[in-house]
Amino acid sequence: MTWFLLALALVTLGATVLSQMGLGLISTSFVKTLGKTLCLCLVAVAMDVVWGYCGILSLGHMAFFGIGGYAIGQWLMYARTEIIVTESLRQSPLPPTEAEIVAAVGSQIFGVVGSSEFPWIWAFADNLLLQLLMVMLAPGLLALIFGWLAFRSRVTGVYLSILTQAMTLALSLWLFQNDSGLRGNNGLSGLQNIPGLDHLGQDLLSVLFLWASALALGGGYLLFAFVTSGRMGSVIRAIRDDEARLRFLGYQTEHYKLFVFTLTAMVSGLAGALYYPQAGIINPAELAPMASIYLAVWVAIGGRGRLYGAAIGAALVSLLSSWFTGGGAPPLDLGFHVIHWTDWWLVVLGLSFVAVTLFFPKGIGGLFDLIPARRPVPDRQGAFGPDRGARRREEGVPE
Amino acid sequence: MSALLEVSGISVSFDGFRAINDLSLAIGERELRAIIGPNGAGKTTFMDIVTGKTRPDSGRVLWGEHFIDLVGMDEARIARAGIGRKFQRPTVFEAQTVEENLHLALRNPRGPFAVLFSRRRPEDAARVAAIATEIGLAEELPRLAGELSHGQKQWLEIGMLLAQEPRLLLVDEPAAGMTPAEREHTTALLRRLAEHRAVVVVEHDMEFVRRLDCRVTVLHEGRVLAEGSLDHVTSNPEVIDVYLGR
Repeated sequence: MTWFLLALALVTLGATVLSQMGLGLISTSFVKTLGKTLCLCLVAVAMDVVWGYCGILSLGHMAFFGIGGYAIGQWLMYARTEIIVTESLRQSPLPPTEAEIVAAVGSQIFGVVGSSEFPWIWAFADNLLLQLLMVMLAPGLLALIFGWLAFRSRVTGVYLSILTQAMTLALSLWLFQNDSGLRGNNGLSGLQNIPGLDHLGQDLLSVLFLWASALALGGGYLLFAFVTSGRMGSVIRAIRDDEARLRFLGYQTEHYKLFVFTLTAMVSGLAGALYYPQAGIINPAELAPMASIYLAVWVAIGGRGRLYGAAIGAALVSLLSSWFTGGGAPPLDLGFHVIHWTDWWLVVLGLSFVAVTLFFPKGIGGLFDLIPARRPVPDRQGAFGPDRGARRREEGVPE
Repeated sequence: MSALLEVSGISVSFDGFRAINDLSLAIGERELRAIIGPNGAGKTTFMDIVTGKTRPDSGRVLWGEHFIDLVGMDEARIARAGIGRKFQRPTVFEAQTVEENLHLALRNPRGPFAVLFSRRRPEDAARVAAIATEIGLAEELPRLAGELSHGQKQWLEIGMLLAQEPRLLLVDEPAAGMTPAEREHTTALLRRLAEHRAVVVVEHDMEFVRRLDCRVTVLHEGRVLAEGSLDHVTSNPEVIDVYLGR
């Protein structure tokens, strides 16, 4: 844990020094990429708690991430549009009324979907504090209701994964509609401009967001390290390994699963709220089921059941991914065929996912167990390997 | 003797097959009871109903002084009410240490928030150490449960049941797959356990039941065929016919 936090601090400080100080050794866009990567690490750590520790293969955590992004995006868009509108109306001979400003902001934001009314979902958009609360509350509430319904009915294994995926898909399809109130497939844009902080410039803002992301990742890491340690950690891992047995010990396992699911959803929302201002735009495609599957792939490759493994997996795979698909990698000439990585990257990723689950169930993090002086921690010995969700026996007495 | 557990008129069928047919049975406080019967007699289903895994179609399962109906309660609440269950195959959390396994079972608050903010108290550690000594695993506390031998796992599971402090212990075929010496050991242990709590042993090994020297209930086709001392039930012609005659 200490090592992880040290490395995190080092990366953050290093990037700050290299990008500021008038050296300009690192571009602003790279600082943003770094900040975004830290947010992805945070959601991956949350995913690891819910999947690697608690055994719930959720394919919906990127939806919670997206909800967090939308929640902060609403305020960013509203506040910024309000400033612009006020500025332009100042030229008019009569000072504008409150209602006129709101109407003008509405038609600015919703013009693209042929409307100018504020939908109910924007009720708090003018209030930063409430909207910040929504960043955590909205994903938390959705996870609470969804989890309560699913866990109470004892849906487990692949069936639960399919349900979470259906939830993600439904949410994404709803957001794609123009009358969802969140600008349909246009999504929310211009999020990189922080109202009131415009004078700082993007190069300084990017560093601020890098720091915020690093703080969130560090805090989230500590929080989850606390949750997965001690008796709580013991119970959570026991749910993963033999839930039915734990019930006969008197533990209401569904309450624990609900707790873990909701807490991780809230942290995912926070991660999303830090990610999208750095990305600048959010649209419903970000909530597509594919995003959540990528998240599971990162965690599997990084190593389930260890928090730093998930962070390493997310950082490595997402950075590699943007390098390969961004045209950064030189094409590979095989003589008979030239491999363009933009086309082949997904194949490579897919193959490495299959290889990791089949041959290296502990993932990249498993390499740390090879350091001779370190005795593997007990919780790294769990039921990993190819996910047994599909083959898990019915709940009840082990045979 | 007032009954600790009173099962009255329970029936359950799976896909038309009547696994339990109007079964009634009472277990007293600190009683040692053996339930025997041929395969498919409903022994395990009976345990499933008492522990909340299976819900009966009809009938009641009354528990304790206040006659709480256990039907409809989930497994966790029934376990907290004081019913422990030992499975046929040892089921311990293999990826956790012996110590963690015992701490999990200790009779402490079991809600998520209580557990999240709980710290290991000295008395918990002392209790775990005492139990570990009793089951002969004091040296193995820091080891992973998965590394233990089959017999040690059985002991660990019994230790977890002790930590749970149940008032009624349901034990499923404890002698299965054991050597004669281990059976001897297990018999002694079960008798010792029954000094402080009710113990119900489901078994179909007649010799083992004889050594337990307790009241015996014979199940057949989901109902009670005979009840009494082993000699009494084995002289019952019906019992001889359906079970012993084979």
